Amino acid sequence: MHSFINFAYLVAAVLFIYGIKGMTTPKTAVRGNQLSAVGMLIAVIAALLEQNVVSYLYIIMGILIGAAIGTFLAKKVQMTSMPEMVAALNGFGGGASLLVASANYLEMQKAAALPMGAIMGMPEANMQWAIALIFSILIGAITLTGSFVAVGKLMGKLGDPSSIGMFKAIVKVCFVLLLAGSAYFVYDGPLENTDLLIVMVVICLLLGVALVIPIGGADMPVVIALLNSYSGLAGSATGFVLGNNGLIITGSLVGASGLILTTIMCKAMNRSLTNVLFGGSMAAQAGVSKDENDAFYEGKVKVTSADEVAMLLDSAKKVVFVPGYGLAVAQAQHATRELASMLQKHDIDVKYAIHPVAGRMPGHMNVLLAEAEVPYEQLVEMDVINPEFAQTDVAIVLGANDVTNPAASKDPNSPIFGMPILEVANAKTVIVVKRGLSPGFAGIPNELFINDNSLMVHGDAKLVLQEIIGAMKDL
Amino acid sequence: MEMLMLTLTIFVLAIFVGVEVINKVPPTLHTPLMSGTNAISGIVVVGAIISSGGGEQTDGLSTFLGVLAIILACINIFGGFTVTDRMLHMFKKK
Repeated sequence: MHSFINFAYLVAAVLFIYGIKGMTTPKTAVRGNQLSAVGMLIAVIAALLEQNVVSYLYIIMGILIGAAIGTFLAKKVQMTSMPEMVAALNGFGGGASLLVASANYLEMQKAAALPMGAIMGMPEANMQWAIALIFSILIGAITLTGSFVAVGKLMGKLGDPSSIGMFKAIVKVCFVLLLAGSAYFVYDGPLENTDLLIVMVVICLLLGVALVIPIGGADMPVVIALLNSYSGLAGSATGFVLGNNGLIITGSLVGASGLILTTIMCKAMNRSLTNVLFGGSMAAQAGVSKDENDAFYEGKVKVTSADEVAMLLDSAKKVVFVPGYGLAVAQAQHATRELASMLQKHDIDVKYAIHPVAGRMPGHMNVLLAEAEVPYEQLVEMDVINPEFAQTDVAIVLGANDVTNPAASKDPNSPIFGMPILEVANAKTVIVVKRGLSPGFAGIPNELFINDNSLMVHGDAKLVLQEIIGAMKDL
Repeated sequence: MEMLMLTLTIFVLAIFVGVEVINKVPPTLHTPLMSGTNAISGIVVVGAIISSGGGEQTDGLSTFLGVLAIILACINIFGGFTVTDRMLHMFKKK
């Protein structure tokens, strides 16, 4: 029976790998996701057959409550809020690992106190177990609080602190305490040091907060990806604690996924992970004041109207939309798609240029546009679209700022220097739809807006697009 | 010690498999990838089930922690799979 159960966990892990493999194309992805779900079902059934499971009441209660909350959240969440949803799920994952490892610790204590020693089927409380337990509990706790701070930041309820020195100090102290505490815990006999373990959990909960609070709002995509990775590693560590290979494999898959996405995000911003984690927000590092910002744009911005844009578009052959998070905030993805369909009816080639960090998490902008039924073939990655801007008649920038700033390639003193950008400025005409001239996350003015070939339309992206659509109809 | 080496080997090899498979996922699907991996990280529910199953080794507190873990893991499983499915259907339709 025991090997049958372990075989079931292996089957589940294989199905997860196939599931992720399905995600390599949008066509096979739905099926891939279903395969993963079947794998999960198999794993849960196998767990229910374990010899130490004798009563099902609490298990069924827990599953029902979790299922109800999870399904409710998943059905209700807006696509604009996906980053918050994923960050929250990261937190729950970390929390679950923390709780499972803690429960296992208590069970080991009880088993050791029983007269006949270890209970059948339970691994021994050796040093390997103790180290895995520490990792599982500590990573789980950091992921739990760190993720919910990230949720707060994404919702705009928690701002960026002006000084990050204090948080850096807290992080350092926590690390030292944890290192010393863990060493003592493992060597002195883990089962006798419950109080120390509790103290370390509290320190880790605090560490999660102190690690994420100082990170700037613009860097949240990196943080979500990293916490995703942590939640997987916490699961893997729990697998070591329980001696469950299925858990180890699955946790490392999730860990690898999060790590890859973290690397992609860091590269797209040309920042090292250390700089993202400990450098503070970009605006605080090198941002300009409001007066400097106003002086930069003073008298140099050419403003146009929706009617003129409609005329420009009417004579264009190739149009590229450059969406940023501003588009999502204005809920303008549907209006964008409407305008795009209209242009396509006029035989105009329409594409969307997607910067890797557009939106608030990896791939976020693609989901928002997919929701508005933009065919995914039209969503073009940065490296592919950049050479095409030279042949583009009109590029329309919608709520994107820093990712189009030419200073990234021209000005070595700019805080974003070296960051790969969408080379929008190469298009014949650039239309920038923007409410005002406030700087983006990097806190710096954008030279693109004062270029000779740039025209600005001030206003809410959705309203401006609707005006343009109206003007196109009148032409 | 041999047991540790074996599990470590599995861990390291699984990371390599993960990197290979995930590197092929296009940026378009990175958000569903993340919510999908959220869902499968709910696998920790198997540990939670054993702690909540009323076996000889459990007591009141460990059962309570186990049930709480089941709830959190199931939020991940059901929330993750459902929201991923919702997103992927948006990509599927033309």
